[in-house]
Amino acid sequence: MSISLFYFVAFLSIFFALLVIFAKNPVHSVLYLIVTFFTFTVHYILLNAQFLAIVNFIVYMGAIMVLFLFVLMLLNLNEGSMGSKSNLIKMIGVIAGMCLIITLVGSARVLTASEPLVLQTQELGLVKNLGKVLFSKFLLPFEVSSILLLSAMVGAVLLAKKEIKRA
Amino acid sequence: MENITQAIQGVPLNHYILLCTIIFSIGVIGVLIRRNAIVIFMSVELMLNAVNLLLTAFSVQHNDPSGQVFVFFIMALAAAEVAVGLAIIVMIFRNTNSTDVNILNKLKW
Repeated sequence: MSISLFYFVAFLSIFFALLVIFAKNPVHSVLYLIVTFFTFTVHYILLNAQFLAIVNFIVYMGAIMVLFLFVLMLLNLNEGSMGSKSNLIKMIGVIAGMCLIITLVGSARVLTASEPLVLQTQELGLVKNLGKVLFSKFLLPFEVSSILLLSAMVGAVLLAKKEIKRA
Repeated sequence: MENITQAIQGVPLNHYILLCTIIFSIGVIGVLIRRNAIVIFMSVELMLNAVNLLLTAFSVQHNDPSGQVFVFFIMALAAAEVAVGLAIIVMIFRNTNSTDVNILNKLKW
């Protein structure tokens, strides 16, 4: 185990993220996105954020990506029905993104002193520790987020339902 | 488990910022260059995840669990957003028979 593990996983994250946006077939995009999220799970484990690693694994890779795949299956997009944007627009988009990277990296270079990340307490990201914080300091936001999820569920059902023909 | 977490000792915080910046920008590029609404949605997910990872890194740096709790809330919000967004995409597909965002230009000046 060495420091190079982080750089290897980081390289894989960037590589598969690039494949997500450049893959022609949307189904391939979803599959590459699942692999990208798996590398993020590895990052969380490296940071010893075990609770987030598990939640990322179950919620993102399990639930959300299955939702994406289901919708792709339902829509049945045949290939070639959708043209891609013109090359000029693509070039402009990529150049704009590169400008964003340069701006953010340049500002980060000015702002931060580059000190190594040190894990001060081993049990920072464990379920026990996070649960104590979540149910004492963040109890109200937790309850509000349950209302958010309920309203999202109602909204999704209402939107996806076929309109009833009124006589 | 301790062997694994030893690996992180010594990675500078700047490299986390760099990684998350690159992945966030890849998400932005994806939104700009793709026309399929579902792929645009996946790019948004990519951006959300980049921010999540950076929040976790800063949480470890400052030894403060609040950052990781915040990531948990962002994940709940992302789940709600995906459910509503995909429902909207399904509705658009039912009306226009396509998920091309360029068809939806009625509100464009």
